[in-house]
Amino acid sequence: MLIPHPLLGLRDAQEFTYLGDARLIERPDGMAEGAEAAFADYVYLRDNPAGVHRELWFHEQGDRSWLVVTRDTVTHEILGAELARDVALRGKGGAA
Amino acid sequence: MHFSGFRVIKEALTGHKGWKPLWRNPDPQPSYDYVIIGGGGHGLATAYYLARTFGQARIAVLEKGWLGQGNIGRNTTIIRSNYLLPGNEPFYEFSMKLWEGLEQEFNFNAMISQRGVLNLYHSDAQRDAFRRRGNAMLLAGADAELLDTAGVRAMAPFLNFDNARFPIKGGLLQRRGGTVRHDGVAWGYARGADRRGVDLIQNCEVTGFRIEDGRIRGVETSRGYIGAKKVGVAVAGSTGRVMQMAGMRLPIESHVLQAFVTEGLKPVIPGVITFGAGHFYVSQSDKGGLVFGGDIDGYNSYAQRGNLPVVEDVAEGGMALMPMIGRARLLRSWGGIMDMSMDGSPIIDRTHVEGLYLNAGWCYGGFKATPASGYAFAHLLARDAPHDTARGYRLDRFARGHVIDEKGVGAAPNLH
Repeated sequence: MLIPHPLLGLRDAQEFTYLGDARLIERPDGMAEGAEAAFADYVYLRDNPAGVHRELWFHEQGDRSWLVVTRDTVTHEILGAELARDVALRGKGGAA
Repeated sequence: MHFSGFRVIKEALTGHKGWKPLWRNPDPQPSYDYVIIGGGGHGLATAYYLARTFGQARIAVLEKGWLGQGNIGRNTTIIRSNYLLPGNEPFYEFSMKLWEGLEQEFNFNAMISQRGVLNLYHSDAQRDAFRRRGNAMLLAGADAELLDTAGVRAMAPFLNFDNARFPIKGGLLQRRGGTVRHDGVAWGYARGADRRGVDLIQNCEVTGFRIEDGRIRGVETSRGYIGAKKVGVAVAGSTGRVMQMAGMRLPIESHVLQAFVTEGLKPVIPGVITFGAGHFYVSQSDKGGLVFGGDIDGYNSYAQRGNLPVVEDVAEGGMALMPMIGRARLLRSWGGIMDMSMDGSPIIDRTHVEGLYLNAGWCYGGFKATPASGYAFAHLLARDAPHDTARGYRLDRFARGHVIDEKGVGAAPNLH
């Protein structure tokens, strides 16, 4: 599989380590009401879709950036990739 | 139709005209007491033990494709009970005991061959860990022997003992472990269930659950609605897709695992051998092919096929362990979809829907568990209480912090 790195172009997936569902970016607030249940959900439960999946890949043997890769889990087709930093900032409503 | 040596001779003398299909191919009835979703090893075993041991009637198994189409026919056929943790080891040893009596019990040749499983160690630390594991196995009533280099050399002289980086220092041997003809297990359970009146319904895909007031009423299928008092789901690999229809998110990711077989060779591998410094396991089938595998690919997948980097990694593991494997030609490779759970251990439990039960999360160790998984799931379905050996496999163990994490890697499904 080749991952279209937004800065470096097409890179072999072998250079990356896989973490999982990109929703891991949205870490719950540990101080909020019901944080225990929210964290059990965050740490253990997954949507695990058959089809389009947004997921975190770490460019460990490259520029050490985290990417959010959009990939089809049924065909292994990679539909796009962006810097996880941009996704996280967008999630917080900040400037990407 | 009872199988026996006498029967084989009789059929040979009468032109093999007396053999009949192993099971009926019935149409679904409007309703059942028990509906098992998934006609793989675990689903068929569940139906078999429900009818055979727990005396339940009106049972159906619904299978999307044909019986034994999934992981029961795709695994590397290894059986063993060499686990460490108290939540696991008694369960897998129970499974091993069921394997030992299985062929006589369901009157079918599953070619169970207890030729031993040898886990190699390559360092002092690994030896200590294996000694501990062996003791845990003995405490649970299983068998275990710690071999030194000479002991391993006597069994398998062809291994690369003097590997500069990973010399073989010995191994943990379970003599009762071994291999089984995996399709035979599915067929044996299917035939046994069918003979006890279970309807095995193929080409019948479940498309939804009918749930009223928090209670299961039945399932919608590609062959119409089927009512059910209790529904058990045993669809490893597709668990996420099926349970989503009941509104459940699970501590499971689906991953692809590859396996490989070479051309047929004369007998060279005495049992199952696993490399302790990488992830590689190998055995030899009765046809002579070397059957081996390694790690999962490591990313979510429902594709039933993997990618080349893992092929290379497995081949490297094989070459490091036994260089002679480089002379064998690979015949084929394939992939299966694994329910990788968040702690590497399975789930056999009720769900939030009354009458809906879940059997899932077998990671890539589900084959050896087939008899015990079926038995424990049947126990849960029939009695509404967990089987003694499966008490730890609760769905809520993650939220409660009672995970059963053999490898100790935490909530990282692709590392288990």
